[in-house]
Amino acid sequence: MTKEKKTLNLNFGPQHPAAHGVLRLILELDGEIVEKADPHIGLLHRGTEKLIENKTYSQAIPYFDRLDYVAPMNQEHAFALAIEKIMDVEVPIRGQYIRVIFCEIGRILSHILNITTQALDVGALTPSLWGFEEREKLMGFYERVSGSRLHANYFRPGGVHKDLPRGLDIDILEFCKTFPKIIDDLETLLTDNRIFKQRNVDIGIVTKEDALNYSFSGVMLRGSGIPWDLRKSQPYDCYEQIDFKIPIGKNGDCYDRYLCRIEEMRESVKIIEQCLKNLPKGPVKSMDNKLTPPPKKEIKQSMEALIHHFKLFTEGYRVKKDEIYTAVEAPKGEFGVYLISDGTNRPYKCKIRAPGFSHLQAMDYLIKGHMLADVPAVLGSLDIVFGEIDR
Amino acid sequence: MDLYKDKMSLTNLEKKINSELTTKINSSRINHEQLEICIEKESLLDVVIFLKKNESTKFRQLIDITAVDYIGSENRFKMIYLFLSHEYNFRTNLIFNINENEIVNSLTKIFPSANWMEREVFDMYGIKFNDHPDLRRILTDYGFSGHPLRKDFPITGHTEVRYSEEKKKVVYEPVKLEQNYRNFDYASPWEGTEYIKEVQKKND
Repeated sequence: MTKEKKTLNLNFGPQHPAAHGVLRLILELDGEIVEKADPHIGLLHRGTEKLIENKTYSQAIPYFDRLDYVAPMNQEHAFALAIEKIMDVEVPIRGQYIRVIFCEIGRILSHILNITTQALDVGALTPSLWGFEEREKLMGFYERVSGSRLHANYFRPGGVHKDLPRGLDIDILEFCKTFPKIIDDLETLLTDNRIFKQRNVDIGIVTKEDALNYSFSGVMLRGSGIPWDLRKSQPYDCYEQIDFKIPIGKNGDCYDRYLCRIEEMRESVKIIEQCLKNLPKGPVKSMDNKLTPPPKKEIKQSMEALIHHFKLFTEGYRVKKDEIYTAVEAPKGEFGVYLISDGTNRPYKCKIRAPGFSHLQAMDYLIKGHMLADVPAVLGSLDIVFGEIDR
Repeated sequence: MDLYKDKMSLTNLEKKINSELTTKINSSRINHEQLEICIEKESLLDVVIFLKKNESTKFRQLIDITAVDYIGSENRFKMIYLFLSHEYNFRTNLIFNINENEIVNSLTKIFPSANWMEREVFDMYGIKFNDHPDLRRILTDYGFSGHPLRKDFPITGHTEVRYSEEKKKVVYEPVKLEQNYRNFDYASPWEGTEYIKEVQKKND
């Protein structure tokens, strides 16, 4: 008599702390071995792309904050770049530097969250307590520059909304001095930790070939040893003028991806320091008042400024008929915007390419043959945020 | 990795692809430092395999698949495929037009990542794919009807959900707008806004 093979279906989520949001994962288990994983997504679908089609270009920017809500400004950046390229707008150099500073702050925000919560998933509590203290400081910088801790709405096509408030550059520089010490502390907790290594080394290995086939980007690609970073290979804004390194992994497992993220945070600190040291003076946004509003104090003196204000905040600016795909290196990977403009004040179509979407898709490939307990470890190291996956 | 894109090699690439695939390509152009290739629906798989395997193109990564709804035009949908070549640092976009009930060949055999991307296109636009292993809806609710990104799908949707205290479960009801949805047309200052409720009444 042959033994009948019995598998158990397990419903993981949608309300599970290790699912990093609202993920419903249907697992087919043979004992403790995962045979198949079927992620059900869309529980946070808000129809962002549909909404953007029905809003003016400047009304669309806040939707980008709500995609990957741990690093909001990186998303705005992609959208701003798309419009700038179509309209052929030059961003003043100070504006570019400020954007890069805040993109790197976003990267640190995202990586702290990912590293510490992934550690939490595999059993380490302390890193999240230490890491979140630093995130709090960074969100403080967000608040001081944009008025909001999370949903910044700070980047604009043509630059940024406002210049840095007085003293902020000194405080960020101060943070850059103290933060590497915190990374060291996190590393003493995790990097050589026996339990952390047992849970992460050789788990969820991605080969180079599969990383390409599954459309991986960002750390998921670099962890497997492919040296690819859009900041280097297709540089945007002032990344060309900045000296930084791209850490890459060797084995493509969860542990290598963790190490990549740690090193990327150190590089981000270096980038911020360089930007602050060389921060040029001058305007922070394009002076073309058909795209960016003139200073508010001019409204009371200048008729032209008043008209510009009125037109920009009612009709908005028109973007000439064109199609473009722009991508930025967001903390999670390649975040892209495929924008189709038809000459009116609203985008005809705005497809958002979220890196997490492709990463989560590979869940079945990554987890097949692993134990049930490895599911949160792999899920954590994919660095998924449902805001961007579900859109 | 440090092969920066320059216009010269992109035009070379365009020439190369045109000479190799001659009849399969309808037209091509370089737009914003990306190669845009228009093809016919039937030659999709051949072109994609060529782009992926050929030594001088090596577009080994599928970045995204999407569609656009040009409602009212002869061919309603435009399919867009984005590819990236890490070796040569090029991006290329494949484009073709299809009509409403046409079926597109699936890329899942060539790129496994096409699976969810095609499911999303199916979910959002209702375009079906040949040989797709698992063509289910992906982003919308279980049991959803309609395709939200089509231009004739209303922005408010058709149904809304709430928890019903009497039935002790979540119930689906037709959308009832408490406040008029205001769709201001700022482009023309002389015409007022169109209120959805009034339009709905007119249609009833």
